[in-house]
Order: sequence, then structure tokens, then C-alpha cells
Amino acid sequence: MVELVNRPYAKAFETFATARPEVLCLSADLTSSCEVDGFRDRHPDQFLSLGMAEQNMLSFAGGLAMQGFRPFLHTFSVFLYRRAYDQLINSIAYSNRKVRLMGFLPGITTPGGITHQAIEDISVMRAIPNMTILETGDATEVETVLEVADAIDGPVYVRVLRGEVPRLFSTPFEFNKLRTLSEGDDVLVVTSGVCTEEALRAAEPLKARNVGVHHLHVSTLKPFDRDGLIKAARGKKGIVTLENHTIVGGLGSLVAEILAEEGLGVRLKRLGLQDTFAHGASKPYLMKKYGLDASALTNAIGQLLGRDLDIADAEFETARLDAVHSAQKAEAL
Amino acid sequence: MSIPNCQTTEDVAAGIRRRVFLHSMRNNGGYLSQACSAAESLALLYNEVLKLGEPTLPKVPLPFAGVPSAHNPDAFTGAGYHGPFAPEYDRFIISPAHYALVIYSALIQMGRMDEHALDHFNRDGGSVEMIGAEHSPGMEVTTGSLAQGLSMGSGIAWARKRKGEPGKVWVYMSDGEFQEGQTWETLAAMSYHNIDNIRVIVDVNRQQCDGAMSSVLDLGDLPARVAAFGATTCSINGHDLEAMRDAANSAEPGKPLVILANTSPFQGMPYLQKRFPRLHYVRFKSKAEREEMQTAIAADLGVDLAEI
Ligand SMILES: Cc1ncc(C[n+]2csc(CCOP(=O)(O)OP(=O)(O)O)c2C)c(N)n1
Ligand SMILES: [Mg+2]
Repeated sequence: MVELVNRPYAKAFETFATARPEVLCLSADLTSSCEVDGFRDRHPDQFLSLGMAEQNMLSFAGGLAMQGFRPFLHTFSVFLYRRAYDQLINSIAYSNRKVRLMGFLPGITTPGGITHQAIEDISVMRAIPNMTILETGDATEVETVLEVADAIDGPVYVRVLRGEVPRLFSTPFEFNKLRTLSEGDDVLVVTSGVCTEEALRAAEPLKARNVGVHHLHVSTLKPFDRDGLIKAARGKKGIVTLENHTIVGGLGSLVAEILAEEGLGVRLKRLGLQDTFAHGASKPYLMKKYGLDASALTNAIGQLLGRDLDIADAEFETARLDAVHSAQKAEAL
Repeated sequence: MSIPNCQTTEDVAAGIRRRVFLHSMRNNGGYLSQACSAAESLALLYNEVLKLGEPTLPKVPLPFAGVPSAHNPDAFTGAGYHGPFAPEYDRFIISPAHYALVIYSALIQMGRMDEHALDHFNRDGGSVEMIGAEHSPGMEVTTGSLAQGLSMGSGIAWARKRKGEPGKVWVYMSDGEFQEGQTWETLAAMSYHNIDNIRVIVDVNRQQCDGAMSSVLDLGDLPARVAAFGATTCSINGHDLEAMRDAANSAEPGKPLVILANTSPFQGMPYLQKRFPRLHYVRFKSKAEREEMQTAIAADLGVDLAEI
């Protein structure tokens, strides 16, 4: 059973920020939802409450950065880039300011429906020059991403996991380096964020069927560890990408671009939202419905290999269920 | 309106609070304080003010029918619970989508939705979403990203005026939405274009996610600010039905009407005061905590504990 860490961000941020006086914590009325309520209460001098006014928060942060502060903005992923996109470009990205956008509840990890589901954030952010994009996939990455983001000379967008987060990795977040989770010869599986845990659930049943899986976890989406990908992709019978995002413009697209540019000619299946909006429902329901789960992955691998792998749902390691309406507040917005 | 209805508006308000309370207790949490603050204003709108036709959607909410697209003829919006689109009828836009549980309770209380419709609340594959989506009962447009409903409502109102439709556009808002710049952009546009067939009612409960607005980003003298943008502005007690009736009738030619309903986030459930300032979403950390609240609020509302 995988270890679950409760609110890893809360503790990591406090440790990180209190050691760095130029770091400021900005919030847009989602302070406890972004796990910085304790920080606000204990370190009010480093905390700026900007209310539910995200456009202002982004441009305001640009001004703070000009003065040598390093603002870390906290709200849900969607509210960092949709309405405030113009502010992001002109107040932050163009001038390459050191503003850190900490985005919570990425993709379909929120039941809040399309207004709360950041399903095209990576696609949009990838198109912005100067932008760095990081995505956390476990508690260790949540705990160690802050220093990585802080070291980058320019704006950074981070997809952060909150609440009860599984610990999958024992080594810290390493900038622009793919994590190798398994090495096999048949297929390459490339995953990010919460989808990595899904892919790990499929590891045993795939092994039992002698499918050699080379599994890479991506935590830096822009820039991208191109060489790592090419090395792993060479000679494979197929590649599957799995992401908590639309397949347009995110991880699947960027892998496709690299494969094409290198002329590798390996077949690729992109799993993720198939160019559709989702709707409000629980995370496990949505992951199954939109094909972001372990069984979608093994089906795709079977298709690439031309084999019926015949894996019953019960064979996948039990999915971790966040209890709704618990203290961990899976439902909380 | 042709729905037989002999409830007083006071009864509707009490029904809204009771339904939201029961649901929140049965489900270990909910948007409870919004029922306290909004019960009277919503009861007044649905029971007396809004001119709505009979619902066009079935009383038992339909499952989610897919997102709108050129290839999905089945997609629907929750506007059907407000009746058909016709020139003589009003439209009612609910901008704070997290008030959904309160809206659903109002629709049930008014007989527009089935008595057990809340059983569908927040169920996978259903349309009765926790944060009202465009397909959720009573929701006419997508509004969960706050402070967009007023702009949509203004556009609808302008278009209805141009087409000579007598029906009005009512927009329900939360006070948190007045922190977003878009709200003020809309107020300016409504005044400039003399959009006078729109009526806005704001639940000024002085609360938001982080707690009391005064501790987050205070709005100062909200009535003066809104009035300065050129709207006819009525700042009244949002639990005083008579004051709200007067306000609802005070529209002036050439100007939008904004009613600031000053409310209490624990009106009708004084026990909730204990939770101040964390009232945005009420949840329980322990069974004991839940039972204490349950007993106290049931007594406040005159609800039989066995009903829970
Ligand atoms: C644009 C946008 N930013 C942030 C949020 C998250 N959010 C949901 S409700 C809310 C509080 C807004 O204040 P209000 O509606 O007055 O809260 P209430 O009185 O219901 O506590 C916030 C910040 C959102 N839904 N939309
Ligand atoms: Mg409020």
C-alpha cells in the first residue's frame, strides 16, 4: 500500500518561504483550498490577500517582481490563466519576470465542472515564450518543487497536488529530467501528474503478461528532456502518453512533435481528454469515463501490440479513493 | 404563473433553509450559510417577482446529456426549470454557481422540481452538479467562474430591448463578485447603454471563501460605489420582504436596477455564528461536532431530528 501524505504543500511552502524573505505568498480568496491558510496565520508579513480578482493579482505580481520580490501566486489552476491571460502575457511573461503560478486542482481532479477544470492549461502555457511548466505527480515532488521553481530565471507555472497525496518517489524533483520508473523493451509509456499513479496500477498485470514497459514520468513539461525521450522511444513497438489534460497541445502533442522531428516513426497513442470539455463529477468517475485510467492505458498498449491483454479491472491495484466530505475535502472548492 | 401555489414567501424561505439544512446534514457538509443569507431574496423572486412559465424539463432531473457541440443534439441547459423562452417571460441568471444547492432547494420548494431531486445532487453522471453547470437545474448560462453572469445578463437584456420583448432579465449575484473587475465593467456598460430592463439582486453577506470580506479585500461603501456607476441602487435588509418588494419595484427608466440585499450568513440558524468567519462551506471534523450542530440547527428551524 502506497504511503499517503496529508497536505504536503502546506508544510513545504512554510519551510521554503520562511527561509526566504523575498518570497511573498499571494492569494485570491482560496487560501485554505490552496493549503496556505496556516502560512497566512503564522506569517502575515509575507502574505498578501488580493481577494477574488485574479487579473489584478497577476499584474500586481509583475510589479512585485520588478521590485525584487518573488511572488508565489495561489489559486486554482484555471483562475491563473483563463481570465488573466492577457495579464500573464504582458505583465509577466514578456518581461520574463520571476513570478510563480501555483495552480491547484489541475485537470479533472476537481468536481467543479468545466469552470474549475483546467484541461487546456499546459497547451496554453506551452505556447507562451519564456514560460516554464512543471507538474507534480506525488508528495515528494510537491515537497521539492518549490526550490526548483524558485531557481528558474523567468515565470513558472506549477500544477500542484493537494490534500492526501501518494508518495511514489523517494528522490526529489529534478528539473527537466524524465524519471524512469521501469525499463522494458516493448512499449514506452509516458505519463504526468495523477496519471502516473494510474499507470503504476497497471504495472503488475502488464508484467504478468510479459509486456515489457518502459515507463517515464514527466514533471517538467517545458522545457522538455528531449534526449531522454528519444533514447527511450527508439526501437519500441509503440508509445502511449497519458495525461490529465486534453490531448491537444499537452504531453501527447509534445511527444508527437519530438517523434516527428526525429523521424522515429514509432506509433503513438495519446490518452487524455479527446478534444472535449468534461463535466462535474468525482475524479475516479471522470478518469474512467474519459479514458485517463489504468484500463484505458492497457487497452491502448494492447492495440499497439496487436494483442488482447484481457485484464479485468480487479487486477489493477486498488484505486485510492479520496473520501468525499472528509477532512481531506475531496469535494472542497 | 400557472403553477398552483398558495405558499407565502415566508414559507418558501423557511422551506429553502430546511431543505439545504437536511441535505447538508445527510451529506456531511454543504453550502449552508448561503441558504441563511439568500432564502428570503430567492423566495421573493421565485414566489412573487419573477414572471416565469411552466417548466419545460421533467421534474426529476435528467442525467447529464453531454457537452454542447454541433454534434450533440441532446445537450440542454437548466433554463427549462425557469420555463420557456418567450417574449413576455423573464429570464433569471444565477451568477454565483456555488449557490446551486440553495437554488435547487428553491426550485423544489416552488414545485418546479421533484421533491426528491436533491438525491441527484453531486452524483456521478447526473446534471444536478455541486457547482451549478449550464445543464444544472435553474442554471441558464455557465457561471461558475464568478462575475460573468452579469455581463451575460446585460447582453441578453440589451438584445431583448432591441427586439421589443417585455420580459425582464433578473441576475442573482454574490458580493464576492464585486471584487472582480468584470462586474464594474458591466455596470459601466449597462449605464452607458441605458439597459433598464435588467434587475440585479446581490446577496451582500460580507462573506467569501477566506472568511469575512473585511479580512480579505473589503468593498467599503458598496452602495455608494455601485450608485456612482449610474445604477439605481437600493441597499436594504435582505431578510425584510417588504423592503425587498419596494426595492424590486423601484426601477427607473434608462437605468439598471441593483438591489443590494444586506444579509446575515447565519440568519435562521443562529448556531452557525459559532463557525464565523469560516462559513463559505460548512463541514464537520467529527461526529460529535456534527451532532451538536444538527441538534442545535434543527431546533432553530423547528425541524424534527427524525427527518434527518
Ligand atoms: C473567477 C473565480 N475565482 C475564484 C473562484 C473560487 N470561489 C468560489 S466561491 C468564492 C467566494 C466568492 O465570494 P462569495 O460568492 O460572496 O462567497 P460566499 O458569500 O458564498 O461565501 C471563490 C473565491 C471562482 N469560482 N471564480
Ligand atoms: Mg458573499
